[in-house]
Amino acid sequence: MTAIARLSQKPWIWSWFAAFVVWFATIVVTGGASTFGLSQAALTFAAFSIIVGIGQMFVITLGPGNIDLSVPATMTLAGTVALKLMDVDNAMIVPGLLVAVGIGIAVGIGNYALIKALRIPPIIATLSMSFIIQSTAIWTNRGLRIKPPSVLAEFTTSATLGIPNVAIVALLISLFAWFLLEKTIYGRWISAIGQSMPAARMAGIPVDGTRFATYVFCAVLASLAGYLLACFSGGAALNMGSEYLLMSIAVVVIGGTAVAGGDSNVPGIWGASLFMFLVVSMLNTYGLGAGIRLVMTGLIIISVILLAGGRQPGTR
Amino acid sequence: MKRWISADALRLAIPALSLTVLLAAVFWLQPRAMSYVGLNLLFNLAVPIALATIAQMLIVSVNDLDLSMGTFVSFVACVTATFLRDAPLVGVLILAGAVAVYAILGVVIYLRDLPSIVVTLGMSFVWAGLAVLLLPAPGGQAPDWARALMTMKPPVAPMAIVASIVIAIVAHLVVMRSSLGVLIRGVGGNQRSVERAGWSVVATRAAAYGLAGVFAVLAGIALVGLTTSADANIALRYTLLSIAGVILGGGEFIGGRVSPVGAVIGALTLTLAGSFLSFLRISPDWQIGAQGAILIVVLALRLLLRRVENWEKGR
Repeated sequence: MTAIARLSQKPWIWSWFAAFVVWFATIVVTGGASTFGLSQAALTFAAFSIIVGIGQMFVITLGPGNIDLSVPATMTLAGTVALKLMDVDNAMIVPGLLVAVGIGIAVGIGNYALIKALRIPPIIATLSMSFIIQSTAIWTNRGLRIKPPSVLAEFTTSATLGIPNVAIVALLISLFAWFLLEKTIYGRWISAIGQSMPAARMAGIPVDGTRFATYVFCAVLASLAGYLLACFSGGAALNMGSEYLLMSIAVVVIGGTAVAGGDSNVPGIWGASLFMFLVVSMLNTYGLGAGIRLVMTGLIIISVILLAGGRQPGTR
Repeated sequence: MKRWISADALRLAIPALSLTVLLAAVFWLQPRAMSYVGLNLLFNLAVPIALATIAQMLIVSVNDLDLSMGTFVSFVACVTATFLRDAPLVGVLILAGAVAVYAILGVVIYLRDLPSIVVTLGMSFVWAGLAVLLLPAPGGQAPDWARALMTMKPPVAPMAIVASIVIAIVAHLVVMRSSLGVLIRGVGGNQRSVERAGWSVVATRAAAYGLAGVFAVLAGIALVGLTTSADANIALRYTLLSIAGVILGGGEFIGGRVSPVGAVIGALTLTLAGSFLSFLRISPDWQIGAQGAILIVVLALRLLLRRVENWEKGR
């Protein structure tokens, strides 16, 4: 088998390929004038989708019906509460981060408690949960916009060696996620559960514990992304998570993770996140209106799925 | 104890019960709501939500999920407030085209074995974009007939109630009593057996999606009839509301087990929950949260009921 043929077998190659094509199409129009700026912006904005996307991927890998709709609300609540606690004080950065992670853990526990104790389908459980979280965020926020501590604002908006800091954070999280999925027994358990829950149960895998840990992990990543995003954009806004609901699901699926579960891949998340941002910036570069831009984004997503999807028969 | 009610009726018991309890609570808090005008005000906005819920239910009954419902209803609302009023023929053609797109989606999702969640996610961008192209700023005007229909004052019961009952009956006849409905639920239950029985799964799925498109179009028209003008973001929350309504009404995500009457009741319950909370004078901050809590309570009740059911079976 040649290298190219082997590469085209990889589920993540399509999203990388699509991202590269779009990147190239943009560069051609601008005449290479903003190559560096574009790449840097793409890495920065993709970083947030990557962090939430990885969490969502873990959940989706658990099998059909597993999806976390509380991601946007969790991001908003974590960002709001953390900024309120830090209150522009550089000394409070670590407590702020801990509180954000704590919120993530609490949301994850709440989500899984609903799924398990009330036997609610995950999609409805996390939806109801997100209503409650959103309300809490509205209640704590009160329309105030608190600035992030200066060190954090500086960290999230600047770059090291030309690579945006948030992208480095996303890379570290991705490496950790990849290690979890590929090299630990926990990762094997997730895939096994996604392929067949009854079989996993009979094989003696702690199904409940694994699912519980996965929902908590997803919520923690969402709250981390919220924390970083709030610092990056100079304050938490109540709608700051809203676009990440569709985004987190889209990057997972475009990235080549099986929606039916049991098969995930981390590199695809990067390709898909870069792709999603680059599509929007390409259409912006072409100077198209908001309406056309949305239509084009939708059509491009569907065509990528048409091209890349449906490779494995039997998946939903 | 012998089973004296059917499983379907039992499936309806919890949604009906929650609606009754909620309604009683509203009447207790605000007795003036117990009138023709009061009821109409309470349930007015439930009519488009009920239609969208039926549309979502049709998609759910073939084991899919439509995440573009909200943007699609918004798009229809924009078409209704512009073309359907100024150039009815063009408007009808556009809406017919949109329904056709839904039917095609159903076929493509099946043939290419794609995840419905992602395809409809992509479509939600398309519908949103088209809606923005039509109405970049809120505006337009409802066609007179849509306005007249939604503000009609039938004798005995207010329009909102009459419309909900009509929707429930029509949907019940189509989904539970017609052979097409049986096929659609059959595809959700066991696709292979429907195929082996000599039916076309492609045609059935196209019909299910097309029918969903028709109900979603009606939802958009009804919404504009109530609000008199449209906006590209007018119905975005319908995606989640319609899914919640289906589940609240006793539907299941897989297996083609759905209940049209339950879906309408679910939509009414969700609408009423909002009014109930404002009557309780709960701070608007907590309104969305309390809606989530109501959803959880109803689902917990359902679990309890199922436990009782299983326990009786086991005896």
